[in-house]
Amino acid sequence: MKSLVPIVVILAMASAYGFWHRVREGRIQGSKSKAQAITAQMLGSELGSRVTLVQFSSAFCTPCRTTRVLLEQLTKDLDDVKHLHIDAESHLELVRKLHILSTPTTLILDRNGIEVGRAVGAPKRDDVLSAIAAVR
Amino acid sequence: MTQAIKTPILIDVRGPRFSASLTVIVLAAALATQNVWILFLQFAVFAIGAFKGPQFTPYAWIFKRFVKPRLKGESITEDVRPPQFAQKVGLGFSVVGLIAISAGSISIFTIAVGFALAAAFLNAAFNYCLGCEMYLLALRLRTKN
Repeated sequence: MKSLVPIVVILAMASAYGFWHRVREGRIQGSKSKAQAITAQMLGSELGSRVTLVQFSSAFCTPCRTTRVLLEQLTKDLDDVKHLHIDAESHLELVRKLHILSTPTTLILDRNGIEVGRAVGAPKRDDVLSAIAAVR
Repeated sequence: MTQAIKTPILIDVRGPRFSASLTVIVLAAALATQNVWILFLQFAVFAIGAFKGPQFTPYAWIFKRFVKPRLKGESITEDVRPPQFAQKVGLGFSVVGLIAISAGSISIFTIAVGFALAAAFLNAAFNYCLGCEMYLLALRLRTKN
């Protein structure tokens, strides 16, 4: 046995990060109004008539699947809300432009394509519903 | 690019998490003893997980043989690719660790094994998804130009 100090330090730091990450996971954060509009052309698909949920996913991401199922389910019965699912890997230019750092990341766009919020990680059902309701 | 179209191989989500717990123990032992052979053992497990798949490692065998039969509740499955990606990251760190300790650099060994330990611990304790956080970043860095 040489030293247990590195193990203690690493596990303490990893725990702190783990708790911090868990608190932030999936929380919908409002966006600053400086964002420029995201167009249908950039996304390769028409926007929703009131709200568009743009989800970025990758193949190496388990919560992407649950997020996709959740958002599809939530938007199924809402005519004015659209869910767009984008494979981040094949849209790297867009990923850079929109500052997507990890998957799943979901952007909430208003009718003009302005980003009004984003969730990094799998969002909670109620949070998505209230975010959708808040968009005029 | 059309990976989503292929039918993914699905495995029990609890398997990789159990394997991560064993990985934590083995990597902690490697760090504490600075023994090259303990790290080599974990390197071999990572290599199987990274190239053949996480469901073929000795840890997965222990899970299937001894742990899974004792677990209650419905088994939820996940795509095999996220945990396989994590095994590749672990493999990378263990290679650096092996080279470092062979070359006599304890500090680089400690940092490399430390990162692998932190990742395995986050996976085991917090169900942390390494592929979610790292894959896109790695891809963005690699294709910068």
